[in-house]
Amino acid sequence: MLKILKYSFYDLIRSRWSYVYFLFYLALGFVLLFLNNDVSKAVITLMNVIIVLIPLIGTIFGVMYYYNSREFTELLLAQPINRRSIFMGQYFGVAGSLTMSLVLGLGIPFVLYGLLRSNAIFDFSLLLVTGAFLTFIFVGLSFVIAISNENKIKGFGYAVLLWLFLAVVYDGLFLMSLIVFEEYPLDTFSLVATALNPIDLSRILILLKLDISALLGYTGAIFKKFFGTDLGFLVSMAILLLWTVLPILGLGHKAKRKDF
Amino acid sequence: MTIEIEDLHKKFGKNQVLKGVDLTIDEGHIYAILGPNGSGKTTLIKSILGMVIPNKGQIMVLEKPIKKDWKYRKQINYLPQIANFPPNIKVKELIHMIKDLRNSVADETELITLFGLEPFLNKKLSTLSGGTKQKVNIVLTFMFDSPLIILDEPTTGLDPKALIRLKELIQKEKTQGKTILITSHIMQFVEEVADEIVYLLEGEIYFKGNIEKLLKQTEQTNFEHAIATITNIGSHA
Repeated sequence: MLKILKYSFYDLIRSRWSYVYFLFYLALGFVLLFLNNDVSKAVITLMNVIIVLIPLIGTIFGVMYYYNSREFTELLLAQPINRRSIFMGQYFGVAGSLTMSLVLGLGIPFVLYGLLRSNAIFDFSLLLVTGAFLTFIFVGLSFVIAISNENKIKGFGYAVLLWLFLAVVYDGLFLMSLIVFEEYPLDTFSLVATALNPIDLSRILILLKLDISALLGYTGAIFKKFFGTDLGFLVSMAILLLWTVLPILGLGHKAKRKDF
Repeated sequence: MTIEIEDLHKKFGKNQVLKGVDLTIDEGHIYAILGPNGSGKTTLIKSILGMVIPNKGQIMVLEKPIKKDWKYRKQINYLPQIANFPPNIKVKELIHMIKDLRNSVADETELITLFGLEPFLNKKLSTLSGGTKQKVNIVLTFMFDSPLIILDEPTTGLDPKALIRLKELIQKEKTQGKTILITSHIMQFVEEVADEIVYLLEGEIYFKGNIEKLLKQTEQTNFEHAIATITNIGSHA
């Protein structure tokens, strides 16, 4: 598997899109820091951008990579290599190279700005960690979608729909249900509903670490009570991890049964 | 016996592609798997390679069942039908990579000279023409020393010179006692290289035997015509 990972990774970091992605974050980091002049505020703005963008890029990249490397995958399948290793290697190659673009692209401007001496280092690391999680989750989901659909258009469609659902529609439904059922106690419901969506979960995690939860009112207090504690933090990380592992297992399961 | 296939069935959705194929491939011969488009040739080959998972039936390669195994593929050199490689890597790197992935000894220098690929070694695969890609494909297939060689449409895009080289290469491998499976639509090529013909029709083996037997059964003198009229002989092999 490591060999496949190595080659997928090399192939990707040499492609134009990885540079574009890297340069985008680099530019974003520099612009935000020097316009804001405040690391904490830059982290919040960054969060708003990457919480939506990372899943989108992860989804599109994952689907594109899978379909583009189809023939090469077939060549690999005829080699004495375990099927699982082929797909796992490709998956970690894509997710790894995207994560690297993210970490380097945002890390360089922040380090240059003097992050290591500021106390926002923890917030910033949390941002990168959740960003990495989101990358792995959405690349994994898109691989599962792509391997389940021979038709590229369909695969693309489903992948983008999934992103749209988790990034936009889910919040809408969530808000609507809060309004419809406003007469009932919704504390537990909103906690669970947030935890079920990796994008929302990441957002809440970062927001709470930034100590602006006071702005969120009563609900914010409940969230703070849960996610703000060490236990809540561990539970959220565990859920993110579960979100990462499930698509990987799904991918392994699909890969074993598929005809090429 | 190199390959033994028993009662192989494969269905893609509602489309029953293989309907109980029984086939024995003996060591040291060149087999041509022929049949009209959609007769199941590629599915059969891919089943042997473990790329397609059969619904029913058993395949043994070198006396071992292949189900849930992948190490047996070390004994097989496979030339896929469409050569499409990662676009961002160079020819040299691709050769190196396949060698690394297979983890076995390979001798590619002679083959590279044979097909005149030296000027392309440092070029990216996306810049190569179809025929050159096919030559790279051939080098990748023949550089390993394995007892079983499977070639899916090996002649695609080759110029006459390369085609002659390919035929020589196939004969050389045969003299080393290797078993070779070929699919092709170029009958002249098949006639020149193949010892045995396996004719698939609608997912079943319709004819198996050598060219003389085929000519006799179809009462033709020309191999190409014999294949074209093969479905007129009422008997199954």
